[in-house]
Formats: sequence, structure tokens, C-alpha cells
Amino acid sequence: MKLGLFIPCYIDAFFPEVGVATLELLERLGCSVEYPLDQTCCGQPMANSGCQDDAAATEDLFVRCFQDFDMVVGPSGSCVHHVRFHLDAMEQTPRARKVRAGTRELIEFLNDDLKVADFPWAPAFPHKVGLHDSCSAVRGLGHARPSERVNEPYFSKTRDLLSKVGGLELIEIDRPDECCGFGGSFCVTDEAVSAKMGFDRVHDFHRHGAEYIASADMSCLLHMKGVIDRLKLPMKDIHIAQILNGGPQ
Amino acid sequence: MTHVVDPEKRAARFIALEVHESTHDRLVWGMRQNRDKSVSGVPEWEELRALASQIKEHTLTHLDHYLEEFGANATKLGTHVHWARDADEHNAVVYDVLNAHRVKSLIKSKSMLQEECGMTPYLQKRGIEVTESDLGERIQQLSDEPPSHIVVPAIHKLRTDVAALFAEKIGTDPKDADPHNLAEAMRQNARPKFMAADAGMTGANFAVAETGGFVVCTNEGNADIGASVPPLHVASIGIEKLIPRARDLGVFIRMLSRSALGSPITQYTSHFHGPRRGGELHVVLVDNTRSTRLGSPDFWHALKCIRCGACMNTCPVYRRGGGLSYGATYSGPIGVILDPGFDLSKYRELPFHSSLCGSCTEVCPVKIDISDQIYKWRRVVAAKGLLSLSKKVGMSALGTTLAHPALFHTAESVGESALEHLPRFLLYNPLNPWGKHRELPAVPKQTFRQWYLENRRKS
Repeated sequence: MKLGLFIPCYIDAFFPEVGVATLELLERLGCSVEYPLDQTCCGQPMANSGCQDDAAATEDLFVRCFQDFDMVVGPSGSCVHHVRFHLDAMEQTPRARKVRAGTRELIEFLNDDLKVADFPWAPAFPHKVGLHDSCSAVRGLGHARPSERVNEPYFSKTRDLLSKVGGLELIEIDRPDECCGFGGSFCVTDEAVSAKMGFDRVHDFHRHGAEYIASADMSCLLHMKGVIDRLKLPMKDIHIAQILNGGPQ
Repeated sequence: MTHVVDPEKRAARFIALEVHESTHDRLVWGMRQNRDKSVSGVPEWEELRALASQIKEHTLTHLDHYLEEFGANATKLGTHVHWARDADEHNAVVYDVLNAHRVKSLIKSKSMLQEECGMTPYLQKRGIEVTESDLGERIQQLSDEPPSHIVVPAIHKLRTDVAALFAEKIGTDPKDADPHNLAEAMRQNARPKFMAADAGMTGANFAVAETGGFVVCTNEGNADIGASVPPLHVASIGIEKLIPRARDLGVFIRMLSRSALGSPITQYTSHFHGPRRGGELHVVLVDNTRSTRLGSPDFWHALKCIRCGACMNTCPVYRRGGGLSYGATYSGPIGVILDPGFDLSKYRELPFHSSLCGSCTEVCPVKIDISDQIYKWRRVVAAKGLLSLSKKVGMSALGTTLAHPALFHTAESVGESALEHLPRFLLYNPLNPWGKHRELPAVPKQTFRQWYLENRRKS
């Protein structure tokens, strides 16, 4: 199976180490992975602002980059959510539908498609970790049972994967899946609300003794790291791909 | 030009009050927690949600039939049935009824529909004294503010705010902020008005087609005093409040207060079937844009709303910014999808006052796809050319950059300072407010693509 590696624009520019960890992780699990060099973005920033016309060409580029792969994997719940559920500014050609249906977020790919039972290299991460499941991952892609569905049995694909990491201690917080306030361009257009949500979220982790905030969404982490650094809190952020790949490089 | 509501600026002002925002977030989140506890005691909750949604969808897709059935049955019970196309007609009908009875003072319970129609100022201008009987609504009326929450209208206020307000308006001790004392002072103040009112007005939570009766749910019993003491009772009912049968009530009554406050049922669930002996009962069935919405494939589901406020309680944006930041009758996620239907130009910014976290959709007892509708309203705003200039220009430039790999790679090329670098393709806004409360990320030595070219494509 030929996997296309989807590295969203902001990860490419700001967090290359997350792209590297994702690629290495997939390769170590035996996948044949290629990164199409012309990719830029999935179109979400424009589409999320309602600008379908401005999103169409970027979506078309995304589909062209990935149309020859069996599946596409990317380390970002929010971007993958856009591809699967909202990438409809461009014409819905058979190749567009194929790319959309075959795009997976990294956690769900490891869990649902590869069905990873363990990591042969025995990753260890002896730290207290607070898990931040992004809203698009939990309520959009179904990574975990959302907190609102109190009567359904609990599950979390992310927790299952992290349980295979040695020494990692997951801490519990007061509001397990409250939004961190990033929200795309919301983070600048609704700055006061976004920042307050970020402060509250980061304090929830800090209050409960987290050394790291771990997430499968780097955009949430970008926002929370901005808050952590401003408040000078003794916490770090890390993408789950990095933990599974054996810790920050 | 229409006045455009700026929810971001209004929310920022509320957050700047610090104690207000943190108290508001704690109390409103507490209602969400109570909802969770209460719902976990009803194992068939998800089935109830599906059933409630189906009943509403069925009713809305056969609304003409059920409206006529309700009208005929209500008339048989001796109720006077009126029909109003819009807010103006509603207000005129109400005034005509009141005027015919020479009503000088009116006591009303909480009705979002009457808020929507701007009824109180309309009647006051015509010389009728209107007194809100719900404590929270009365606080809001004395403050000259709209309700900030569907269920708890003054939740954004601290008790010290209420003490100051009552001291000014009804002469209480400004230093006494004890909630029991404040409630008692208002009781003493309002009671004579209740007893002397010439007419009582209510809304309705549900109108039952097969019986011609309607149901009003309150926690203070205030609707009952308004409907029982004065000889004249007028109820305003949105046409989306219809349900087919009395037995359907069981589904909704079980969900309403559990979703709202986490209590199994409201303290009072009052059923009105025709006028009481010696009294007169009028109902006004109001459209006011509802039938237009019913014709919209993307937005008609919003008519299923039973006004429980669960979406507000769970909304992280609502809890931080407060209900008044929406500048509209309906606030919170449900407001974001209802208000633009009344005035798109005025409420064009509301769909952007959301992080699209999706929690509202999950708590909604009648399964309205609230979050998806917020997303779709953004498309409507953009398609009608109503986006703010910075969004319009920013998104167009961003779309061009991201559609062309060469342009994108130049834009992200390392060497520019982070501050110049970020707004261009990540933060989309030339007036970058990111740094006000957050630090910027460091720019790495190379992009992932550059690393990939060096490490995987060396040949």
C-alpha cells in the first residue's frame, strides 16, 4: 500500500520535527510513505471563514497531490476533518471523492487501519502527561467518546496508543474535552475569548501536575504553547507522534 | 446602513471584568455538569433524543395540518386564536386585545418570542405598564438589558450587581447582597403589581395539536400567577412550538429541564386548556420568519429548538464572552444560528463568534446540527459579500498563496522575522493580535519539506 504523507502548512513551517516523527513512525511500522513535494494546505483556513471561492484552488491542489496514493495520512485532526467532511469547494470529481475517503488522521490510522498492538522499539516517556484531544478529533473524527455522551461506554484511541508507552503517566483534568480556544482564524478575530479559553485550558493541566500537554493536533498546541510561554509555566507541549516515535528528538 | 453587532469587542469587554467572567464560566459550566449528572440517570437518553428529533421533524414537515388542528381544537375550548405573520402583527394583535379590555398594567412571564417581537417597548409606548414576573427577567428589565441566557436571564450579573441595582430601583440596602434578602425584597416589591395587574401574558413551551392546549414550564410559578390572578390571559406561541399529541409531551418534559439545569423537571409544568371560569384566554400564533426558515434545506432544523439553553451552558465561547456579547434576542450557539435568519446584515459577525468545537451539537436534546449550521452560516455571510474587509482580503490572498506551491514556499522561507512571517500565511490578519496574550513560536532552521529533500530525496 502506498501512503501519501500529508504535512499541513503550519507543521511544515513551524514544527518540522512533528513531520519527521510522523514519517519515521510510519516507516518503522513498515509503511511505504511518500511526501508529495507540491502540497501546501487542505484549504481549511479559507473554507472555515466561509470563503469557498478562495478555498477551491487549494483543495484542487491537495487532491492533485494525493490522487495517486492508496491512502493519505496526516498528523492533524482538524486538517483531516476538513478533508473528509468539508472539502467541497472544488468540484466533487471521482478523484476528489477517492482522496477524501482515503484520508486518515495519524491516530485513527494507527488504531483502525494498522491496528497497532505494540511498538517494537518500546517507546518510553517517563513523564506526567495531560492529554488534549482536539475538538475535531473527538467530536469530528470520533477519537474518543465525547464527554457529552455520558451514557455511552468510554473509549479513547489516543489513550490506547499512549498506554503502550513505558513510564508515561496520564493525569486527569477537570474539563477533559473543553476546547482550548484555537479555532483557526478565531484565535485572532476573537482574540480575547480565544486567549481566555487557552489560559483556562493550560491552567487546568498545570493545576493537575502535567509536565507535558500532548495532542494529536499541533494547532491546539501552538496556541497553548503561546500561553504557556507567556505565563512562564513549567510545562512543555509535545505531539503524540513524537512520543510514540520515542520522545522529542 | 445597518448597525453591525461586534460580538468580539463586546466579549472582550466582559472578559476584562475578570470576576464577572470567571464567575459566569463557573456557574454556567456548573449547569452543564448538572446536565451530565442528570442525563446519566436516564440510560435511554440517546433514544429520547432521537425520538424528540423525529417528533419535531414530523411536526415541522406537516406544520400546516397541525396548526389548523391546534387552532380548531383551541377554539372549541373557548380560546380566542389569533394569527400573526410577523413581530408587528403580533404586537398589534396583543395591543388590540389589551386595549379592548382597557388594560393599564400587565404582568408577564418569560417569553423569548415576546423579546423577539420587541413587545414590551411597543406596549409601554402605548401607555401599558409591563412588569416581568420571572426574577431574572425582572432584574434584566430594571437594568434595561435583554436576557443574556434563555433560562437564567441575569446569569452574567454578580449578586453585588443586583444589590446595587435593587438599591437604586427599589430602595434596598446597597450593602446587602444576600440572595435571599434580595429575592424577598423583589417579592415584596412585585407582589402588589401581580395582584393588581389587569392582564397576564405568557409564552408557551409546547402547544398540543390534538387537544388545543398548551404548556408553560417555569421554576418560579410566575406564569401561573399571571395566568390565574388577572381575568385576561394572552399567550404568544411560535408556530414551531407545535407537537401532535399530548403523549408526545412525555418525551420533551423529560428532556427540557434535565438539559437546562439538570433537574428532572421544572418546578411548575402548567397546562392550559381554554379560559378558566370567568376569564378570557387568547393565543397568538406567530410566524415571524419561521416559515421562511422552514423552506431552507440547511437551516430548517433549527426550528426543532425547545429553548433549553444546554448549548449555551456547554459553549466555551458563550461562557467566556457572556450572553450580551451576541447583541441579540438569542445568544449562545442557538443564537448564532437563529439571529442571522432575522437580520443577516446586522448579525453577520455572529457565526464567527465560535470556535466550532461541536459540543453544542452533542448536548442538544433535539439533535439540531448546531455546529454545522454555524459553519454553513459563514458560507452564507461570505457568499452575500458581508465578510469584514480584513477577512475578505486576507482569505483571497491566502487562497492564492496556498494554491501555488512556489508562492507558498517563498512565503514560508526562513530568514524573515517571525512577526512578518506569521500573519502572511498562518494568522491571516495584517493587524496581528496573536501576541497580545500569547508568545509566538520560534521559526525552525528548515521546513519539513527542506528536511525531506535533504534526508529522503538525496538521490
